[in-house]
Amino acid sequence: MSDTSDMGDESVPARPDLFDKFDPLVAQYDGLIASGHRDPFHLQMDQILSPTRAVVNGKEIILVGTYNYMGMTFDPDVIEAGQKALAEFGAGTTGSRVLNGTFQGHAECEAALREFYDMEHAMVFSTGYQANLGLMSAIAGRGDYIVLDADSHASIYDGCAMGNADVVRFKHNDVADLEKRLKRIPEGAGVLVVLEGVYSMVGDIAPLKEMVAVAKAAGAMIAVDEAHAMGFFGENGRGVFEQAGVEDDVDFVVGTFSKSVGTVGGFIVSNHPKFEVLRFVARPYVYTASLPPAVVACSATSIRKLRYAYDKRIHLWEASRHLHRSLREAGFTLGTDTAQSAIIAVKMPDQETSARMWAALIDEGVYVNMVPPQATPGLHLLRCSLCADHTKEQVEEIIARFKRAAATAELPLEI
Amino acid sequence: MTDKATVLPRLIEIIEPFNKKDIELNADTSFAKDLELDSLTVMDLVAEIEDEYDILLPVNMLPDLETIGDVAGAVAKIKSA
Repeated sequence: MSDTSDMGDESVPARPDLFDKFDPLVAQYDGLIASGHRDPFHLQMDQILSPTRAVVNGKEIILVGTYNYMGMTFDPDVIEAGQKALAEFGAGTTGSRVLNGTFQGHAECEAALREFYDMEHAMVFSTGYQANLGLMSAIAGRGDYIVLDADSHASIYDGCAMGNADVVRFKHNDVADLEKRLKRIPEGAGVLVVLEGVYSMVGDIAPLKEMVAVAKAAGAMIAVDEAHAMGFFGENGRGVFEQAGVEDDVDFVVGTFSKSVGTVGGFIVSNHPKFEVLRFVARPYVYTASLPPAVVACSATSIRKLRYAYDKRIHLWEASRHLHRSLREAGFTLGTDTAQSAIIAVKMPDQETSARMWAALIDEGVYVNMVPPQATPGLHLLRCSLCADHTKEQVEEIIARFKRAAATAELPLEI
Repeated sequence: MTDKATVLPRLIEIIEPFNKKDIELNADTSFAKDLELDSLTVMDLVAEIEDEYDILLPVNMLPDLETIGDVAGAVAKIKSA
């Protein structure tokens, strides 16, 4: 530093601090902290006791915002598989999937996915985010079109931004708007329609039967992201596309290991005969290290168990419906009229009340997600996600604590 | 015949309901700096323009469309393609 300052002002042109652009966000965050509430974005879990219980600041809390839908994180078979792989294959792969980073466990994981989805091809990425980046950026080139729902996940938008296709949005879950936009695409252009089974902000599901029909009629290829549906939608737990009966019409299913599978990682499965070429052209697959051996071993074991987790599915749906109904009856305003998934979003009137309610819930011993305002412009949400391991008693506790927290936070309820 | 000059007056009519600051609209009006439209409003406006001209304005094209004049030019170009 002293060297450059010695050179004097004339030799160094004045330039803005590159962080200046974040000043409004920093001010918003500082305002939240200054208002005396706990910081919802820097909570530290000191101990994890089970998929549904943790210790924060020496106090036990119920976890109601983890996306750990099927409670596989502490499954004894999953843990055992991971420990064995850690001992036998080491801590990491130190390499890309296309170089030294494909171990027996990665192949095993892809085999488990092919069986689970009954599809020909499966490709495992290091995160779900990268799976979407890889598919979107690689598959659609200049002159092609990607048509996506306006409420698509950031990974879908970011993958589009990495690629060269023209990107067209349609109104969230609006079949007619999708159809209208598809009709405007020029003849001869390749088209990928990207849908999600469950949209994670308010937990609503897509009308996949209708949307897939419209996309197919336009000659488009279809990708469905089932991140928030794997494990508990459809007879085999494959996702909303299975429940909607459109398995034969979907070209790609994208998913993640960081929700129902209980680990970390992402994947694409497909029956497309040329699918395997993606291993060479999807840059987020090629230019990053592969998942550690313990992670793929845990994931493969978890996926194989999820297929037959009928009781867990039933219990998760019961818990989700019960929490939704009870919060609604208590006067909370929810993101959906019924429990469409295992996500239950509670609408808050403003950020101030949202922060107050979030803090009151933590004081009561309940963790939910306070959704950052940037993720849902115009909406302030506290998001709950249920786990198949939440007991009936825990769900009753969650409801009682929500009611007490609303009183503490002075959240008006509509009864 | 669809050129930038014929598109502009109708385009300004479409944008007027989004003109919450009630400023004068012309070819040089900037969406971000002058109209201060947020991302959700931009999406609604883009949809209206697309419907009016029965075209697609891809998301990746939007960063280059800073002013009303830029949009008029883009619409004219797409319509005459």
